[in-house]
Amino acid sequence: MLQKRVVVCLDVKEGRTTKGIQFQNNIDLGDPVEMAEAYYRQGVDELVFYDITASAEKRGIMIDVVRRVAERIFIPFCVGGGLTTAEDIKAVILAGAEKVSLNSQAVKNPELIRQGAKMYGSQSIVLAIDAKKDASMPCGYRVVINGGRTLTELDVLAWARRGHELGAGEIVLNSIDADGTKAGYELTITKLIGEALPIPVVASGGAGTPEHLRAVLQEGRADAALVASMVHYGTYSLAQIKDYLADHNVPVRR
Amino acid sequence: MSGSTGETVGILDYDAGNLTSVENALRHLGFNWILSSEPEALKNTDRLIFPGDGHAATSMENLKARGLDRLLVDFAARGRPILGICVGSQIVLDSSEEGPTACLGLIRGTCLRLPGGDGLKVPHMGWNAVHFETDHALMAGVPQDSSFYFVHSYYTKPAANVQVLGTTDHGIRFVVGFAKDTLATWQFHPEKSGSAGLKLVDNFLKWRP
Repeated sequence: MLQKRVVVCLDVKEGRTTKGIQFQNNIDLGDPVEMAEAYYRQGVDELVFYDITASAEKRGIMIDVVRRVAERIFIPFCVGGGLTTAEDIKAVILAGAEKVSLNSQAVKNPELIRQGAKMYGSQSIVLAIDAKKDASMPCGYRVVINGGRTLTELDVLAWARRGHELGAGEIVLNSIDADGTKAGYELTITKLIGEALPIPVVASGGAGTPEHLRAVLQEGRADAALVASMVHYGTYSLAQIKDYLADHNVPVRR
Repeated sequence: MSGSTGETVGILDYDAGNLTSVENALRHLGFNWILSSEPEALKNTDRLIFPGDGHAATSMENLKARGLDRLLVDFAARGRPILGICVGSQIVLDSSEEGPTACLGLIRGTCLRLPGGDGLKVPHMGWNAVHFETDHALMAGVPQDSSFYFVHSYYTKPAANVQVLGTTDHGIRFVVGFAKDTLATWQFHPEKSGSAGLKLVDNFLKWRP
C-alpha cells in the first residue's frame, strides 16, 4: 500500500534556514545542508526547500545549496521560490532536485507549468497554492500570492484543476490562515482538492502535533503532510510523528 | 558502506530524465562511471545502468536515434550486467501499452497501465513497501518489506520463466523487480530510496551473475 509521506519544509534565505510566522519575523535555524542530512538520517520521506531570498543577485546561493544537498541525501526533494523561467527550473533540476514547486509565478505565468512538465515530466512539477478562506469564492477559498500579501481573483479549486490540466503532477495546498498557528491543518479545502483531483495533495500550514498530521492524512485525504517548526525546534522527532501515525493505522515508511 | 571494484560503470543518457541522482549515488558509493549518449563511449564499460523517466515510446525512439538499443542488446549478449531502472525496467521487455510500442525484447513480457480506481491515484508516486519474492545477491543485506520510492503509471509483467525479485501493491499486486541471466531491473528509484536503495545499487555494482 502506498505510504503517506511526512515532508519537512525548510525556508532558505541567502543560504540559511529560517522560520517565520505567516512569512514575518524570520529567525536563523541553521545550515540547510546539515539540517537536510540530519532529517534524512531520521527517516524523512521528502524535503522541500523554499528559497525566500529577496534579492535576485543572491539567488545563485540556492543552486549551490541544492547541489550539496543532492550529493548527501538520497531521497526526493523539491525546491521552490523565485523560479520565474524555464531556465530557472532547469538549473534547479540539473543541480539534483527531483521536483520544483511553482507558486506566485505560476499564477502570473501559467505557461511555466506546461513548460516545466514538458521538459521534465509532470512528476517534477509541483503547484503550490496559498489558500485563504473567503466565502465569496465558489469553493470557499481564494488563491493568494506573494506570501499571502496579494489577493488574486482565482478560486482555489478551479486553479488546482487548471494547474493539473497544464501538467502539474502534485499540489501543495498551504493554508494562509493556519500557517504558523500550530492549531492544525485546514481539513476542508485539503479534502476538497484531494477528492477532486487525480494527483497527490500535500497538506501544508498549521501542523503542531502528530494528531494534526493524522487528521489531515485520514479525514483530510491528503497524500502527504508538510511539517516545519514542530520538528525544527525539536518539539517532536520524526520517529515520534511516524510512530503516532503508524499506531493510528496511517501507512508510513519506517 | 562500500568500495570501488575498480570497474567502470556506464550510465545511458538518452534524454530520459535527470541523471544527477544516479551519478550522486555512484559517487557516494565510491564507483567510477561514464555518463554518455554515445555507444562508442559505453561499449567497453564493465556494466551498465539503464535509467529512465517518462514515456516508453519516446524513450524507445530516443534510444534508437542514438544506437543505444543495439548497445544494450550487445551488452546482454556478451553477458555483462545491466540494471534497468523505472522506464529502463519496462522497455527491456517485448512491448509496452504506453504508446503502445515494441520494446527491446531482452526479456519476454509486457508492460501494462496500472488500473487505479477506488480512490487510488495514478501515477503511483511515493514510498511503498517491496516484498522480496526470493533470496538473491541483489537484495543481500536489505530488510524484507523495505520501502522504496516509486513514480510510474505502467507496471511490468514479465513472462512466467523470468525470476521475480520483488512485488508491491497499489490496487493490484505487481512485479517491481526481476532478473534473467545478467539483466536485473527495479521499477522504483533505488538511487532516491535512502539507505535501502543505495544498498541495492551497491549490490548490483558488485553482482557476479
